[in-house]
Amino acid sequence: MDLKEKLLSSFLVFENQVDIDTYVHDVRNDAIKIFEEKGFPTKKEEAWKYTSLNKILKEDYSVFPQQENAIEYKDIKKYFIHDIDTYKIVFIDGKYSSHLSQTTHDGMDVCLMSSALTKPKYRILIENYFNKAATKDSLSSLNTAFSSEGAYIHIPKNKMVEKPIQILHFSTGNESATMLQPRNLIVVDENSHVQIIERHQSLNDNPVLTNSVTEIFTNKRAIVDYYKIQNDNSNASLIDNTFIKQKKESVASVHTFAFGGKLTRNNLNFFQEGERIDSILKGVTIIGEKQHVDHNTLVHHIEPNCESHQDYKGIFGENSTGVFNGKIIVEKEAQKTNAFQANNNILISDKATINTKPQLEIFADDVKCSHGCTIGQLDESAMFYMRSRGIPEKEAKALLMYAFSNNVLSSVKIPEMKQRITKIIANTLGVNIGFDL
Amino acid sequence: MLKIDNLHASVEDKTILQGINLEVKAGEVHAIMGPNGSGKSTLASVIAGKEEYEVTKGNIEFNGEDIDELAAEERAHKGVFLSFQYPVEIPGVSVTNFMKTAINETRKAKGLEDMPAKDMLKLIREKSELLEIDRKFLSRSLNEGFSGGEKKRNEIFQMAMLEPKLAILDETDSGLDIDALRIVANGVNKLKSKDNAVVVITHYQRLLDYIVPDFVHVLYNGKIVKSGTKELAHELEEKGYDWIKEEVNA
Repeated sequence: MDLKEKLLSSFLVFENQVDIDTYVHDVRNDAIKIFEEKGFPTKKEEAWKYTSLNKILKEDYSVFPQQENAIEYKDIKKYFIHDIDTYKIVFIDGKYSSHLSQTTHDGMDVCLMSSALTKPKYRILIENYFNKAATKDSLSSLNTAFSSEGAYIHIPKNKMVEKPIQILHFSTGNESATMLQPRNLIVVDENSHVQIIERHQSLNDNPVLTNSVTEIFTNKRAIVDYYKIQNDNSNASLIDNTFIKQKKESVASVHTFAFGGKLTRNNLNFFQEGERIDSILKGVTIIGEKQHVDHNTLVHHIEPNCESHQDYKGIFGENSTGVFNGKIIVEKEAQKTNAFQANNNILISDKATINTKPQLEIFADDVKCSHGCTIGQLDESAMFYMRSRGIPEKEAKALLMYAFSNNVLSSVKIPEMKQRITKIIANTLGVNIGFDL
Repeated sequence: MLKIDNLHASVEDKTILQGINLEVKAGEVHAIMGPNGSGKSTLASVIAGKEEYEVTKGNIEFNGEDIDELAAEERAHKGVFLSFQYPVEIPGVSVTNFMKTAINETRKAKGLEDMPAKDMLKLIREKSELLEIDRKFLSRSLNEGFSGGEKKRNEIFQMAMLEPKLAILDETDSGLDIDALRIVANGVNKLKSKDNAVVVITHYQRLLDYIVPDFVHVLYNGKIVKSGTKELAHELEEKGYDWIKEEVNA
C-alpha cells in the first residue's frame, strides 16, 4: 500500500478517534478530499520542478506513532536555547510532553492545539482562525485533515511577551519510519509582540517525514519574530508550510536557518491584508553531502503602502542541491509597494547545484520592486589575503562564509539565538574559532 | 633571512620570473624597482605563497628553510608578511575581528594559547596609535569603503600587529598623499629592528626618502638586472628606466 492510500484509510480511523467538533470535522473532511484528489505533488508541477518527493515517500511510515516515548531533558538539552528563560512546548513523536514543557495561561495562552481544537472556550477563536490562512494545496490539506496536535499560541492585545517561546518537535525513531504532521496556530492581537523559535529534531537515524503547517495571524500593529532552526539528521525530511496573515501596520519576520536534513522544503507564504505592513523573510542555508533545501516563498501584496524584504543566502557543498523560488505578487490596489528580494549563493563544490528563480507578478504601476540573484564561488583573492595573514584555509573559508551570511545573522534579535546559530555554523564548517561578527 | 636562488615562476603557462637571485639579511632594507610588468608584484606574491603562481625552477629559502612548498598561512606563521598593493575588501568581517583571528591562528600554529582579551585590546590600542588610526575605524568591515590611504595604513597596522620577520611592501606608496605617506613610513621605521627585514617594492623614489634602503634592485623582464645602493634610486628617478632597458637589450 503506498503512502497516499495508507493515509486515506488511516483518516477514517483517525476521524473516529477524536472528539468531533462540527466546524473542525467539516474542515478535516474537506481537506482529505483535496488531498485525495491532488495527491502528493510531483515534479510536473511548476512549484515542485526542482524538488522530488519520490524517494522519501517510498518509506513505510508509521502515520500514528503508538508508543508513549519518554526522553530525559539532559539528553535533549542541547536542542533548546537553554541559556535564557523561555516558554517551551515540546512534542515527542507528535505527542505532547508535559514534563519537558513550560506553558502558560496567565494573561495569554501558550499551550496545545489539541486543547484548542476540542475545548469549548476556544471554539470561537478556532472558527475564526483555524485553516483560514493555509492554502488548499495538497500537503497543507493533508496536514489539515490530520491536524490534532501542535502549538497553540494566543497573545491578547497590548502584550509584550518577554520570554521567547520555543516549539520543539522530537522524533525518537522508535518506529522504523515515522511520519509527523504537527499543526501550529499563532494569533497575535493588536499591539502585541512575541518571539518564537521552532525546531524539528530526530534523535536517531530512522527515517522521519514531517509535514508541518503553521498559521500565524498578526493583527493591527502586532510584531512577530519567528525563527526556524533546521539542523536535522541525514534521514529526516521536513516539509514546512507556513502561512502568515498580516493586518495593518503589523511587522512579521521569519528567519529560516537550514543546515541539515535529507530534504527540506519551506513553503513560506505572507498575505498582507492592510496598509503599512512590513514582511521580512530571511534565510541562511549551509548544506553538504546529498542534502536538499528548497525555499519556496510567496509575498502577496494586496493593499497600498506596504513593504517586503527577502534576503536568502546559500552555501552549497559536496553533492547538495538548493532551490530558491521567490514569488512576489503586487495587486492593482497595492500602490506604493516596496518589495525587495535578494538570493545570493556560493557553490563550494563542482557537484553542488542551485536553482534560483524570482517570480514577480506586478499589477500596480507605482511600486518599487527589485530582485537579484547571484551564484558564485568563494573569492580567491580574499582567501589569499586572509591566509597571508596566518589564517588557515579552512578557517579563512569559514570566516568568508560567516561574512557572507552576516546580513541575515545580524538581524536576529535574540542574542543567545544568534550565538547558537553561530555555533551551529562553526560545527557545520568544522572550525573552532570564536567569531563574534 | 631570505635567500632566493634562480627563481622561475609562471602563471597559466606564462613565465613571469626568469631567474631571480636575491639575498636579504636581518636588519636590512631592500628596494625593488622596475617598470610596469617587470614582475615586481609577482615576486611579492610568490614569496607570500599565492597558489596561482607556479614555481618552475629555483627555490626560496627563509631562515635556512625551503618555503616554496608551504601554504601561505604557514609562511605567515614563520614571519613572512605581504602588504598588498590592492588590499581585498571583506564585507562582514571587522578589522578587529580579522586581526584577532589572524593573531590567534598564528599563536595556535606555534602551540600557544589565545591571546587574553585584555592584552589584545592593549596591543590594538598601541598599534592603532602608531598608525594614527581612529578607533571607530577598527569596527568597520575590513577595507570595505576605505580610501586608498586608509587601506594602506590598515596594511601597515596589520604588519605592526603581527610583527613579521620579513615585511614585503608592495607599492605601499601608491594612492597615498604626502601626510599618509609620512605616517605609513614612520610606522614602518618604528617597526624596523636588527632582527627583521623589509623589502620595499615601488615605482618611485619618493617612498625611499622616508624608508631608506640599504640596497636597490632593478627588476626587468623577470630578472634583477641591476643592483646598487640608494643612489641608484635617485638615478632612476632622474633618468627613468629606458637606459636600463637599453643596457639589458644591448
